[in-house]
Amino acid sequence: MLLNIAKRLAQALLVLLGVALAVFIMLRIIPGNAIITMMGEHADPVIIDRMTEELGLNEPITVQFLRYLKGAVTGDFGTSYSMHRSVSELMGAAFGNTVKLALAAAIFAWLLGIVSGIIAAVRKNGLLDRLFMGVSLLGVSMPVFMTAMLLQYVFAYLLHWVPISRVTDWRGYILPAIALGWNSAGSIARLTRSTLLEVLQADYIDTARAKGRGQLGVLTRHALRNAMLPVLTMMAVQLSSMLSGAVICETIFSINGIGRLAVQAISGRDIPLLQGTILFSTALVILGNFVADSLYAVLDPRIRRGSES
Amino acid sequence: MTTNNELPNEELKLLSQIGEAEGPWDIFRRLARENKLALISFIIILLFVLAAILAPVLTPYRFDEMDLANRLKAPSAEHLLGTDEGGRDILTRMLYGSRVSLLVGVVPTVLSMLLGALLGILAGYLGGWVDALLMRLADIMLAFPSMLLAMVIMYTLGDGLINIFLALTLVNWASVARIVRSETLKLRESEYVEAARSIGVRAFRVMLRHILPNCVPSLIVLFTLNIPSAILTESSLSFLGLGIQAPDASWGLMVNTGRQFLYTAPWMSLAPSAAIMAIVLAFNFLGDGLRDVLDPYMKNS
Repeated sequence: MLLNIAKRLAQALLVLLGVALAVFIMLRIIPGNAIITMMGEHADPVIIDRMTEELGLNEPITVQFLRYLKGAVTGDFGTSYSMHRSVSELMGAAFGNTVKLALAAAIFAWLLGIVSGIIAAVRKNGLLDRLFMGVSLLGVSMPVFMTAMLLQYVFAYLLHWVPISRVTDWRGYILPAIALGWNSAGSIARLTRSTLLEVLQADYIDTARAKGRGQLGVLTRHALRNAMLPVLTMMAVQLSSMLSGAVICETIFSINGIGRLAVQAISGRDIPLLQGTILFSTALVILGNFVADSLYAVLDPRIRRGSES
Repeated sequence: MTTNNELPNEELKLLSQIGEAEGPWDIFRRLARENKLALISFIIILLFVLAAILAPVLTPYRFDEMDLANRLKAPSAEHLLGTDEGGRDILTRMLYGSRVSLLVGVVPTVLSMLLGALLGILAGYLGGWVDALLMRLADIMLAFPSMLLAMVIMYTLGDGLINIFLALTLVNWASVARIVRSETLKLRESEYVEAARSIGVRAFRVMLRHILPNCVPSLIVLFTLNIPSAILTESSLSFLGLGIQAPDASWGLMVNTGRQFLYTAPWMSLAPSAAIMAIVLAFNFLGDGLRDVLDPYMKNS
């Protein structure tokens, strides 16, 4: 099993290297020189030359890439053109906010999704099942900006439950967390329901019932333990995608996270910052997928034994 | 009267169908019979298509017609969905916006399916270094958060409809290639492909005539399920100001302008949001229905 995980890790690192190269190339085939887009068309040519040299943009692209890679490994992503601060410093500050938002959204999504998924499965085809599944379908197909704006309109404007203006304490994260978690809650609920229904038909559930275990015991001791495996994987993937920056949600609620930083980098035509945020976000996604895969391998005895033999 | 008149009609029909493949029309009829939700979704999509085509006929206004005396008006008889900050009729802009959404749903999805199917078949059939190279490339594309990847590509290419097509094609081809590759791997070992190869059919012809047609059912399902995600990505890009630019109309752009007037003119963003949700739901239902009809094996996946 360890060998398997090591192999996966090597693969993940290779993909990350490819991602770094892809981003680097994508941002350099830009029409027009990066300096000119930064300084404007009528900038003094002498200054343009000096800046090109200072930023090392006159060197061959392979040299630039290797230097960038060397910096990235040690946590140095260069200096932001538009904010005049080091990219890693900016990302560090932004990531803190993204983590708060992601954790709040994930807890909301998982609680709501798992509980409603279990209830829907137990009461299959009942009123609650239909209600939950209908709502979860809405959750899955609503664009984040729609959820976010509806929440703002109803809870901040109509009901005055939370302040309209941006607040930086924990109350400022309630609506964003719900808006961001809403989609995930829908998919978790649907997955929990379907895997639980599948598990409940297994023979060992009948055995457990025959041995006289009550409904609750069957559910918690036998069914859920097996049904949660795919759900857990989905949770890992969801968390990593939330951590990689909720672009729309952070923009609407003015949360200074990684996603909003990427948007600001684009509007500021700030290549080092954009490069840093994209690389960082993608690395998080790759890490999340790796954790999800490994979780599966560790938790599922069938896979665990299969890979040992 | 034929000699068969003792057989019940149903059986006769079944007998005549032996050896006949199901045509598109039969599949559609089966879908309509088995899945009412998919049928309703199909009709809704058809209505959106009609609205997009007939936009100039359906509304007396132009999509960029300013009327500064009638800014931010609530829905009324003249303006069924109200007006925006420039006094433009929102219903009119919705109708024209449906053109963008439908085009953005269909064009890049078709392009990414063509590209993905081509590369997927090549990778699966040829194997070896071609497979390794293409699949590592797909891994890299799939690792990106799709929204961020689309943003970077739009940043590099600049805004505009054509560039949205390109960006979405680049974002989506990899998942298609993955699926087609795995189907190809399965089909490559099947007896009829073996047979074709053994009588000397060229590799290119095997791929085109024997493997590709068998991928079509899953491609159709993938097609209907990729359209809504493309529509959502476009609306998010336009929402961030990286897609369609004013005065052109796109639902995502309309939601974004409406955001500044959320508390004074909520209809501005509500109508386009609802339209996005409706069309996304409709395509998802249709895709699910098609999957059940075309490929019973995929039902539980």
